[in-house]
Amino acid sequence: MTTYVVRRLLQGVLVLIIVTLFVFLVMRLLPGDPLMLYVAQSELGSYTEEDMAKLRHEYGLDKSLPMQYIDWMGGILQGRLGTSIFLKENVTRLVAERVPITLHLGILSMILSGIFGVFFGLICALRRGKWPDTVFTVLANIGITAPSFWVGILLIYFLALKLGLLPVYGYTSPFTDFSLSSRQLVMPVFCLGLFSLAALTRQTRSSTLEIVRQDYIRTAWAKGLRERIIVLRHIIKNALIPVVTILGIQVGHVFGGAVLIETVFNIPGMGRLLRDAVFSHDYQIVQSGVLIISATVVLANLAVDISYGWFDPRIRYN
Amino acid sequence: MAISNETPVGADAAQLAVTKHYSETRRVIRIFFGRSLNVVGLVFILIFVITAIFAPWLAPYDPYKMDLGNQLKQPSLGHLLGTDPLGRDTLSRIIYGSRTSIVIGIVAVGASAVIGFILGLVAAHFGGITFAIIMRFTDALMSVPMLIIALIIASLLGGGIVNVIIALGVGSIAGKIRMMCGMALTIKQNDYITAGRSIGVSDWRLMLLHIFPNCFPPLLVMITMQLGSVILAEAGLSFLGIGIVPPTCAWGSMVNDGYKYLLTNPVLSFAPGLAIMIVVFGFNMMGDGLRDSLDPKLRGAF
Repeated sequence: MTTYVVRRLLQGVLVLIIVTLFVFLVMRLLPGDPLMLYVAQSELGSYTEEDMAKLRHEYGLDKSLPMQYIDWMGGILQGRLGTSIFLKENVTRLVAERVPITLHLGILSMILSGIFGVFFGLICALRRGKWPDTVFTVLANIGITAPSFWVGILLIYFLALKLGLLPVYGYTSPFTDFSLSSRQLVMPVFCLGLFSLAALTRQTRSSTLEIVRQDYIRTAWAKGLRERIIVLRHIIKNALIPVVTILGIQVGHVFGGAVLIETVFNIPGMGRLLRDAVFSHDYQIVQSGVLIISATVVLANLAVDISYGWFDPRIRYN
Repeated sequence: MAISNETPVGADAAQLAVTKHYSETRRVIRIFFGRSLNVVGLVFILIFVITAIFAPWLAPYDPYKMDLGNQLKQPSLGHLLGTDPLGRDTLSRIIYGSRTSIVIGIVAVGASAVIGFILGLVAAHFGGITFAIIMRFTDALMSVPMLIIALIIASLLGGGIVNVIIALGVGSIAGKIRMMCGMALTIKQNDYITAGRSIGVSDWRLMLLHIFPNCFPPLLVMITMQLGSVILAEAGLSFLGIGIVPPTCAWGSMVNDGYKYLLTNPVLSFAPGLAIMIVVFGFNMMGDGLRDSLDPKLRGAF
C-alpha cells in the first residue's frame, strides 16, 4: 500500500512537471506580448524602448526561456509564485485570497451533489419504473445537458429578480455575515453542482441496478434481511465504486465550472482570477492557477484510487 | 419476435436453410428505437442538422442586418423572439447559430478523434517508452479541466471559429487517447492478433484493420457524447467572450449579450440557452441509446 501511494505520488509529480512545461511553453510560444498589453492598457501610453527593456528586466522576461522556467520552478519550491505583471501584486497573496472562495463554493457543491446524487440514484434504482424513477431520471438527463451559466441566469431572473427570494449576486465571507453569505451561495452552489448531481444520479442508478441483480443480494433477501439492512450494508458500498470515480472526475469539472459560475454571479474566486488573467496574458497568475488546479485534480484522483480498496477489499494495491 | 419471422428478401437460400438469419443491424435498430428518449434525442439532432443546413431559407430575417429603429423589441408576431440591442432578429440569429455549433462540434471532435485514436493505438500497440510518453502526456492534459485548456489556448490564439476548434480539439483529446489505449490493450491479448503477427502482418495493418474495428462501438458512443460536450464547451467559451467573435452568431455569446438586458428582455438570453440545451440533450440521449443497443453485454437481454 505504501509503495503504491509513493509510486503514484511520484507519477503525480511527473504529471505536474509536464503540466508546468506545457502551460509555460503555450503561454510563451503563442502570439501576444504581456508587456505590450500592459503598456497599451496603462494610462501613460508613452513608454520608450528603454522603459520597456527595464520592465522586461524587472519581470525577468529578458532571460532565456529555460532560465525563466527555472526561475519560476525555483520560486514555487520556496512557496513564491511570482509577481503579476498586470495587477502588480504578489501572486501568492492573490491566490491565497481567491482560492478559499472557490473552495468554499466547490466543496459545498461537491458534498451536496454527492449526497443528493447518491440518494436520488438509489431511489430510482430501488423503485425502478415507479414515478420517482421517471421524474428523477428525466431531471438527471436534463441536468447533465443544461449549460450551467444559463441555469444561473434563469435562477437569477426568477428567484432573485422576480421573486426577490435571494440576493442577485456577489460573495460575502461566512465569517463576516453568515446568513447573507449562505443566501448568496444558494444559486451558485446549485449551478456548480448541477452537473455532478445529475451525473451521480445517473451513475448510482445504473450501478445499483447492476448490483441488485447479483446473487449475494438474492441471498440476503432469501435469509430474510430487512430492506434497510440490504441497502445499507450490501448495495450501497458495492454500488459506490463507479460513483466515487465520477466524483473524482468532478473535481476538475468544478474548477472548470467555477470560471463560468463565478463570472455569472460576480464572485471573486479563483475562476474569475484565472479568466481575467487569461484575458490580460498575465503569465504568472495563469501558470500558478493551472498548477494549483492540476495538483488538486491529481491528488483527488489518487484519493479516489485509494478509496476503492475501502469500498471493495478485494481490490489490492500491489 | 417480429424480426425472426420475416423472410430476408434476397438472402442466400442455402444459408437460410442452415441457420436462422439474424441481422445484427436490425437488432441494434430495434433496441435503439425501443426507448422513447432515444427517439426524442434523434429527432432533436435531426432538427438541429436540418436547421443548420437550411438556415438561409428558415430564418425570417437576415441575422446580421441591424435595424436601429427596432432595438430590444419584445417577442411579437413580426419578431417571434424579439430583437437584440442592435435591432437584429433573435430567432434568425439562433437559427444561424446552429451552423456555428455544428461546424465547431463536428470538426473539433472529428480532428481530435483522428489524432487521439491514432495516439491511443500507437501507445497500446508499441508499449514501452512510447506508451509511457503518450500516457504521461495524456495524464497531464487530463489533470486540467477541458474548459481551462480551451480558455488558455483560445485567448492566446484569439477568437474565431478555427481557433476555437483548435482549442476545443486539444482540450478534448486526452479522454480519446486513454479510452482507445485501454481498449486496444485488451484486444491485443486476443489470439487473432498473435496469429496476424506470426504471419507477418505489418504493425499499421494490425492496428487499423484488426484492433481498431473491434473497438468501434464504444468509440462511436464516445464521439456522439463528445459532440454534445464540445458544443456545450464552445457555448461556455463564447459566453466568457473568448470564443466566437461578433458579429458571427453563436449561442453562448448570445446568452452573454442578453444577460445585460435580463430585467427587460429575458428572452434574449433564455432562448439561445434553451437551444444549446436541446442540442446537447439530443446528443446525450443518442449516445445513451447507441450504448444500450451496441453493448455486447446486453446482447440477448431484449
